[in-house]
Amino acid sequence: MSEQETQMCQRCGQRAAHVHFSRVVNGEKSDRFLCEDCAREEGAFHFMLGPQFTVQHVLGGLIGNGPQMANRETQAAFEHSCPHCGYTYRKFAESGRLGCDRCYEAFQNELNPLILRLHGRVQHRGKLPQRGAHDLSVRRELDSLRERMSEAIKREAFEEAAEIRDQIRRIEGGQAE
Amino acid sequence: MNPGFSEWMEGTGPESDIVLSSRVRLARNVKGVPFPHRMNDEQGRRLLDSVESAVNAMEPGWQVHFRRLQDMAPLERQVLMEKHMVSPLLVQNPIRYEGVALDQRESISIMVNEEDHLRVQVLLPGLQVEQAWQVANKLDDVLEQHLDYAYDETSGYLTAWPTNLGTGMRASVMLHLPALVITRQASQVFTTLAQLGIVVRGLYGEGSEALGNIFQISNQVSLGLTEDELVHNLSVVVQQIVGRERSAREHLKSNAELVMADRVGRSWGILTNARILTSDEALRLLSDVKLGVDLGLIEEPLPYTFPQLTLMTRPSFLQMEAGRELSASERDIIRARTLRTHLLGQH
Repeated sequence: MSEQETQMCQRCGQRAAHVHFSRVVNGEKSDRFLCEDCAREEGAFHFMLGPQFTVQHVLGGLIGNGPQMANRETQAAFEHSCPHCGYTYRKFAESGRLGCDRCYEAFQNELNPLILRLHGRVQHRGKLPQRGAHDLSVRRELDSLRERMSEAIKREAFEEAAEIRDQIRRIEGGQAE
Repeated sequence: MNPGFSEWMEGTGPESDIVLSSRVRLARNVKGVPFPHRMNDEQGRRLLDSVESAVNAMEPGWQVHFRRLQDMAPLERQVLMEKHMVSPLLVQNPIRYEGVALDQRESISIMVNEEDHLRVQVLLPGLQVEQAWQVANKLDDVLEQHLDYAYDETSGYLTAWPTNLGTGMRASVMLHLPALVITRQASQVFTTLAQLGIVVRGLYGEGSEALGNIFQISNQVSLGLTEDELVHNLSVVVQQIVGRERSAREHLKSNAELVMADRVGRSWGILTNARILTSDEALRLLSDVKLGVDLGLIEEPLPYTFPQLTLMTRPSFLQMEAGRELSASERDIIRARTLRTHLLGQH
């Protein structure tokens, strides 16, 4: 990332360069300063999939070193943690694996672009658990409660957050029966 | 010798001269429980217990039996891996709360606490990806009656790796493609496949080499398409690869029959006479001999199928047969003897 205020994107020359894009091709390294749009269009995520080089192996690197993550603002997302299991986005970036099923919700904003790149789509169209259909309304309620809880935590209204947490636990406990 | 082969190795099923097996694997996790790499002892134990109960509650017709990996000898675990019933990852040390449920035919396997809480797998001989999905789907329904799966309306089944998100499905086939390799078309075919979202791996999956010209081909994408679409797409792609392999074989037969007969004959000669064979060499020779039989250059049918012979070259299988641990050099001697006597029908 360039520290100069005047650095413009070396590709389009229109927007400010926020991304330091290093690419190594056949052992030769090239460095470019690009805006985010151009970095994305440059196809930083096109990989050849061989036996030693699968998506899962490079996933950690993909998350950690991609142009998006070089952005200063999104660096903050690294310290973001899952309220359910305490796993941080940084750990996900290092390992490529999530900590629990709730991490998907916790890191939704960061994960969605990645999921889109991996699968080309974000909406599941396949099978769903048969019993799942019944608790859709319960889940929606839980979703909004969790949202309220993290908002409360952000506001440092911990008492309120704890109340909401208990409410969530009650609903989850009832659901398990 | 009691070979202890899995039913899928019997060499039946459509296109089974080229397609050795078809496999469908579904990744599933239980709601609210950390993924296996993040579990504490208590969570690991409880998860394993709950899957064991779910398996024990299955109707007897499934003939599925649950085992804890801790209760199995290391060699037994390794043999399951060599038979493709469990992944290399599941049998790696240290073993904590891993389990596996297998049916008697060794067609079904449910891995517990591998990378996901459950990995439901169905393995069938030949090109039967759709059929494998149908069985896996039923199996999944049965397990779901006892387990509360983690899923989301938008993202589908939630998995430890986002690469498995959605259907949680990986459909794959194991192919024997010697003619594509000999005619140097393999890498071009695989480059094209990569562009279609199809992944090519070696004999034992990720990171393993394509020994014996055996390749595993699977879908990369798991989200946004239905399971039927995914297995259908893979099936269509595989049929095209099979077509390419067949025309490459025709080409070899009509343009290079003498060279091929020489190559196959030499390999047969070594396999039936050598006294020391490494596993790499054995697989390479077996691949030639199998091609020789398919091309009609070896007239006698082999007494064992190619997947069965492949298993006979594997280190843990040999040690299991020998009933003791073997050093690498001992294995090379026993491997040569095993293959020689079995190929010549002298065992």
